[in-house]
Amino acid sequence: MKVKARAKKGVAKIKLLVRHPMDTGRAKDPKTGQLIPAHFIQELTCEYKGKVVFTAQLGSLVSKDPYLAFAIKGAALGEKLKLKWIDNQGKTEEVEASIS
Amino acid sequence: MITRRSFMQGMMGAGSMVAAVTAFPKMAFAWAENAFTADNLTDAQDAMFSGSSAVDSGRVKLKAPQIAENGAVVPITISSDLANVTNISVFVEKNPTPLSASFELNPMLVPEVSVRIRMGKTSNIIAVVKADGKLYKASQEVKVTIGGCGG
Repeated sequence: MKVKARAKKGVAKIKLLVRHPMDTGRAKDPKTGQLIPAHFIQELTCEYKGKVVFTAQLGSLVSKDPYLAFAIKGAALGEKLKLKWIDNQGKTEEVEASIS
Repeated sequence: MITRRSFMQGMMGAGSMVAAVTAFPKMAFAWAENAFTADNLTDAQDAMFSGSSAVDSGRVKLKAPQIAENGAVVPITISSDLANVTNISVFVEKNPTPLSASFELNPMLVPEVSVRIRMGKTSNIIAVVKADGKLYKASQEVKVTIGGCGG
């Protein structure tokens, strides 16, 4: 997960890019002709000052390599964010980022 | 405290710091399954909002391209100047499963979110914002040249 968190004029703009196939379960593998099973991020959260402030519930019709952007009011330089996601196969990733 | 997560990770051996394959039970977090699997707009909205309906509002701004060359990646931004926004949801009317994403926002969030979605064909995108418990929406048609839902 790539995270950009920049504070400007009292607002921290957060941009995320997560590497994930977001397979819909509808596409066929061109080599085998079999359906590629659905594999997509279902939930992504951002924790700030010990609280989850942002929860994204995603379906398989979000683009591959999900890009998300949101902004936190009052967040300042040096403060930390914890970003986590979980997909429908139970895989997870957790990343800590600082606001710069 | 032994949480279910730490117990499961202990059982499965050490995971990496960055990514861990862990068997989470379905209940560990709430994913709006009925809403995400609904195959038509009405059912998806009913499931997401427990039957409440949204009114069209100029205070919900949906920014989306007029034409999406590639339906697999359609960038959109939804924002609102309404107070106390707690949820922003995105529906693509003609997608096989219209609910694309739903975002829960704490009051300290600016009421704006950007995401890239897949569209199978030319369709209306409907952005719904929940503010002070009420639902408001804005729609825009996006023309799609090459569909991006796969299959």
